[in-house]
Amino acid sequence: MKPSHRFSGAEEVTRRLAETGYLAGIGIATVVHIADRLQKPLLVEGPAGVGKTELAKAIASTLGIELIRLQCYEGVDETKTLYEWNYKKQLLRIQAQGDESWDAIEEDIFSEPFLLERPVLKALRSTEPVVLLIDEVDKLDIEAEALLLEVLSDWQVSIPEMGTVVAKQPPFVVLTSNNDRELSEALKRRCLYLYMDYPDAEREKAIVLKRVPEITETLAEQVVRLVRSIRELDLKKSPSISETLDWSRTLLALNIDTLDDDTVRQTLPVLLKFQTDLERAAGHLRLNAKDN
Amino acid sequence: MLPRLLEFERAMRSAGIPVSVSESIDALKALEHIPLESKDSVRSALATTMVKSQSHRPTFDLLFDLYLGAGRGSVTSITDEVEDPEAAGQDLMDELVDTLATGDDAALAALARRAVSALGRVRSSPTGDWFSQYQVLQGMELNIALGRALRRTGVEGDAPLEDRLRREEFEARLERFREMVLMETRRRVAETRGAEAVARYAVRPRPEDLDFLSATSNEIKELRRAIRPLARKLASRVAMKRRRSNRGGLDMRRTVRRSLSTGGVPFDTAFRHRAPHRPELFVLCDISGSVSRFARFALMLVHALSAQFTKVRSFAFIDTLDEVTRLFEHEDFVTAVDRMNSEANVTWLDGHSDYGTSIEKFLKNHGKDLGPRSTVLILGDARNNYRATKDHALQEIARRARHVYWLNPEPVADWDTGDSAASEYAVHVDKMVEIRNLRGLEDFIAYEL
Repeated sequence: MKPSHRFSGAEEVTRRLAETGYLAGIGIATVVHIADRLQKPLLVEGPAGVGKTELAKAIASTLGIELIRLQCYEGVDETKTLYEWNYKKQLLRIQAQGDESWDAIEEDIFSEPFLLERPVLKALRSTEPVVLLIDEVDKLDIEAEALLLEVLSDWQVSIPEMGTVVAKQPPFVVLTSNNDRELSEALKRRCLYLYMDYPDAEREKAIVLKRVPEITETLAEQVVRLVRSIRELDLKKSPSISETLDWSRTLLALNIDTLDDDTVRQTLPVLLKFQTDLERAAGHLRLNAKDN
Repeated sequence: MLPRLLEFERAMRSAGIPVSVSESIDALKALEHIPLESKDSVRSALATTMVKSQSHRPTFDLLFDLYLGAGRGSVTSITDEVEDPEAAGQDLMDELVDTLATGDDAALAALARRAVSALGRVRSSPTGDWFSQYQVLQGMELNIALGRALRRTGVEGDAPLEDRLRREEFEARLERFREMVLMETRRRVAETRGAEAVARYAVRPRPEDLDFLSATSNEIKELRRAIRPLARKLASRVAMKRRRSNRGGLDMRRTVRRSLSTGGVPFDTAFRHRAPHRPELFVLCDISGSVSRFARFALMLVHALSAQFTKVRSFAFIDTLDEVTRLFEHEDFVTAVDRMNSEANVTWLDGHSDYGTSIEKFLKNHGKDLGPRSTVLILGDARNNYRATKDHALQEIARRARHVYWLNPEPVADWDTGDSAASEYAVHVDKMVEIRNLRGLEDFIAYEL
């Protein structure tokens, strides 16, 4: 099997991801399939908590390969993404020198044992196929983003002291972004783009049933419909899929088998984390209509 | 396939979606790996390779339907002639009511196609048929469909919560049906007149590019939806810029201390932090008439960024001025701006803008608060209804404050025409800028403030 033909088609992607517990719609599956065939990095954008990171994990798990993760935050630079020389070890080496010539030492201290591999380099040098997850790439500074460009288009890293490291086999790269800032055109051009929105009602219900198996189908449906209705509002923080799941579990724990105004009002804080959001949602659902 | 695809790309580029050559090659490569007979797969493949921003997606979808939509220029363009449009409308309506209840999107789309075939054709023009969404919606009496669907599915004794949810879902589906009909009519017109003709009028600018003064009320709704993500992006952009610029000189003391762990060799350098300049912001906005939209969006963005300023104080005026800062204290900025219009005390005489009096009043009541850390932002078109400009007041404000900026939503060409006193005021402020759309506003706030 060629490394880039890991799936026969979008249907197979859907099926195999479902085996790992990740329910992907046909749109997501098609894009994953194409990313695999074209060996291109996949940039996944969308609101928080729709399963962007989970997608990368599910791909790694269904392919049975290692997931290497780079968590981005402001201030991440090449020493955190690519590689770093182990200065302290180099220093020790220099201090411990006998009567070697400087050339020999120099060659020695810029060699493999003194190199600290960071996630991106590790993924490139891996002999086994891997999934490289670059999480929240929008948190990177512009300079750090530029560092990724060489990797993402040519699958190589240039290390001045050692030469160019070319990937033995291109990793399956997934980048995620919450869209906190516009990524550069150059980065976007090198990636396939997938916008992941909240799933449609049917898929979200399937997710609830899969992750909270004890729940009844009717309750799951009610939960999902209510959450979708709330998402339509202009909120500070819309409920994510994980919050839908939390809410479902809460309802189960409270032995509630059908939703009505009272139960919704009491348990809504599981779903919404801001007071203004809570008030707005309650107003929208007209939950307070009865008591005043 | 290839010529059509290239034509489609050209249309995307002229609609303002940047599609590079390498992206278009990727698109072709992607098509090799998917079943071409599946419209949805083709759509996904093209979207993922060519469209790299969600805000471009609606335009992509529209053009995709026009240029590569099912059966363009082929069999389906034969319209089923309907003998009795009224009866046909009734039948379609019944079916719609059923489909609304099941929520089957594919069925809804099929229904939209049939409805346009049966009812949409307008025989008027000699150059070819025209199709009208309005005529379809009228023929089906869509305005009563919702009530019917609700009555049909409503079960006696249902929980009221259930009822409300169902109503909402039906409304959403009905809206979707309207959109599907609109798309189908456009596709049909594209068949007879060419996709380009339709694309020219159907492609709308993105919300960020809409002109504040000429936007329709629907477009304003779009703008409102765009404002929150935009504010979030802007906030992180400004914060990032501030952080990067606050690196000061080398901190010897800390660097030497750190070097102890590496035998006195300073590997880790430490730098001082410079305290960023955080201005006090005074925002004065004209909230009369059409300018008010502009002022409101500007206020929302400024307040979304309030963390970047020591203090933000907002003032609204028409022919007199009132402080509205209190509204923003406990409320979300979107709600606060909505409340501002009803609660601020801004008219005194006749409800026509009076910049002179308002600026003078600001100076008299709040002038003592202005200092070298203050930035004053004035939002409005400077149309003073031929009243006294009292620009000496503005001059005094400019003298006391560090910066005074004036954001004018009118195009530069219109300044000083009619009752506009733009240049009379402009001489006293640091800068009077033309801000036509959200993008301009965003850039101003990010780079100038």
